[in-house]
Amino acid sequence: MILGVIEYEQSTMTELSLQMVTFGRDLAEKSGDEFVGLIIGASDNAPLIGELGRYGVAKVITAAHENLKDYAPVAWANTISQVIDQTQAKMVMAPGSDQGNEVMAHLAARSDLPMATNCAAVSADDLSRITRLRWGSSLMEEAILTGDCKLITIAPFVVEAAEGASHAEPAEESFEPTLSDQDIQVRLIRKEPDETEGITLKNASVVVGGGRGVGSPEAYSVLEELAKLLGGAVGCSRVATNNGWRPHSDQVGLTGTRISPELYIACGISGAIQHLVGCKGAGKIMVINKDPEAAFFGKADYGVIGDLHEVLPAIIEELKAQGV
Amino acid sequence: MNILVCVKRVPDIGARIDLTEDRQAITTKNLGFCISPHEECAVEEAIQLVEKHGGQATVLTLGPADAEEQLRDCLARGIDRGILIETDQPEWDSRETATALAEVIRSEADKEPFDLILFGNESADSTGCQVGIRVAHHLNLPCVASVKKLQIGDGDATASREVDTGWEVFSLPMPALITVKEGINLPRYPSLRGTMKAKKKPVDRLSADKIGASLKMQQLVHPPEQKKEVDMLGEGSAAASRIVEVFKALEVI
Ligand SMILES: Cc1cc2nc3c(=O)[nH]c(=O)nc-3n(C[C@H](O)[C@H](O)[C@H](O)COP(=O)(O)OP(=O)(O)OC[C@H]3O[C@@H](n4cnc5c(N)ncnc54)[C@H](O)[C@@H]3O)c2cc1C
Ligand SMILES: Cc1cc2nc3c(=O)[nH]c(=O)nc-3n(C[C@H](O)[C@H](O)[C@H](O)COP(=O)(O)OP(=O)(O)OC[C@H]3O[C@@H](n4cnc5c(N)ncnc54)[C@H](O)[C@@H]3O)c2cc1C
Repeated sequence: MILGVIEYEQSTMTELSLQMVTFGRDLAEKSGDEFVGLIIGASDNAPLIGELGRYGVAKVITAAHENLKDYAPVAWANTISQVIDQTQAKMVMAPGSDQGNEVMAHLAARSDLPMATNCAAVSADDLSRITRLRWGSSLMEEAILTGDCKLITIAPFVVEAAEGASHAEPAEESFEPTLSDQDIQVRLIRKEPDETEGITLKNASVVVGGGRGVGSPEAYSVLEELAKLLGGAVGCSRVATNNGWRPHSDQVGLTGTRISPELYIACGISGAIQHLVGCKGAGKIMVINKDPEAAFFGKADYGVIGDLHEVLPAIIEELKAQGV
Repeated sequence: MNILVCVKRVPDIGARIDLTEDRQAITTKNLGFCISPHEECAVEEAIQLVEKHGGQATVLTLGPADAEEQLRDCLARGIDRGILIETDQPEWDSRETATALAEVIRSEADKEPFDLILFGNESADSTGCQVGIRVAHHLNLPCVASVKKLQIGDGDATASREVDTGWEVFSLPMPALITVKEGINLPRYPSLRGTMKAKKKPVDRLSADKIGASLKMQQLVHPPEQKKEVDMLGEGSAAASRIVEVFKALEVI
């Protein structure tokens, strides 16, 4: 049996959770195992079970306990550990999100098992053979994961979430773990909604990104003007953040925000791997760079060679001339 | 406050990574070394907390003799003391690394307990996302991962992390262990004066036992190259009209 730990927000599964379920369900089908979804501490299980059914999951375990009402990493890990003991699961997987990685690391630590984060593939013939992403997905590591129960997290966006070929009516089994107050010593005390209103980097349909080539904090005003005309947001590279030109919340990339606009216009950014992972989700990419050899051109749909300080004002002028 | 920060020496890679012939490591001949971005922020956080609350900060690493370079860099930024667990064995997996670090932290804490232990959320090279949490279990410390806001109270701490819809806020008693993400602060660069002072700051050298790897790397491989066919729209300001045509075709205006 392969167990998938479901991550959800307000009774819907997160995107990374759907990807993990897709990954796990397909793996289990090939390896001849059963894939079981584990929902921990949900106030309303029904919508999640329904969603799992659409993704072709035939069995769901729902864990409930007084101490699971608010997310608490140790209580979550302890619950999974008890489910493993009861079900003898061969493998447990979670989405490679902050929460998924955190819970699995606690589980690995308390059970003294190895854990492989950021997995992109698992061999169906031998579940101990895994391939994981390193260096912000620019390298893959083939490794052997020892231990009776394999603990892994699934790298974001290595599979596309896809509903099951046949929809299931999952069998539900409830589980009550034994938990102590020690397990909730660290727990979520509140959620604070995002204060920024309107168009943000995460939801913008157009992002105008600027890197070292922009040259100064003042020079971003041109990018802001273009973003405004296109109803979009401004993003930046890590060099811009490190130089103090832009806040970290504007940073696109591995250690910044992952964006998915319809169009990403990258200006004066060279196209380092860690930046590229942040804009993989963009529909189209347009690169403006004065260096024809810039690596970013190799990952772009549209390219413009030139000084952004000339190209951007010209675009704005053209847009205005056309009455935009 | 007595604060400890754990960092790791990693190659400072550019746009391309070359592998050694046996595919066991990356070629570092022409590369410099650094610590990971999240760890730079952990170091900065420690320095700022000591500036605010007083006390001292120590930086700890497990790595080769050359990792002293990264410790000195942290000392130049304002950390007071370094500890190097020196090893010439390269393949320490996360579990082994955590066991070795916890051992040393325990004996250091016997001399003077730490109020706060900071880690990076994940290392730039291996992305294991677990060494800090494993150490927390060894030392029986409360722990929150992926923290981007940290407030120290009277005997407790409030730690927040970012999710799609906003922030998750956690409360935890001190002493505690926190793993930090880039964005929590803007790390300073070492000053010339800091660099001079760092030369005189103490770095202790220790050794540790390796318990045996349980995640066994077989080899490293490059992912398949995904090159796109790029449509070049022209050069300089002359490209503006074609760019606007593309905007129209994509219906962004
Ligand atoms: C673990 C790790 C995580 C990282 N995370 C991130 C991340 O989240 N996001 C991120 O962006 N980076 C990240 N980085 C850093 C990344 O490796 C690069 O250093 C960074 O993206 C480079 O920024 P840049 O492209 O602005 O600068 P550079 O690489 O210096 O490129 C500047 C580009 O601007 C062009 N240019 C200069 N002047 C002009 C002009 N006037 N007009 C047009 N073009 C011009 C140049 O030709 C060049 O191509 C990370 C690195 C590591 C190790
Ligand atoms: C000299 C050397 C060479 C290595 N070469 C290889 C190799 O070729 N292939 C391979 O598979 N593995 C190698 N490793 C091991 C591997 O890179 C990691 O150090 C180890 O697996 C820790 O896991 P992680 O980086 O995934 O940690 P994560 O869990 O991602 O790290 C989280 C945080 O833990 C702390 N941390 C991690 N490692 C250390 C450390 N060593 N000292 C202090 N704090 C630390 C940092 O704060 C880091 O931000 C090497 C290690 C060393 C020391």
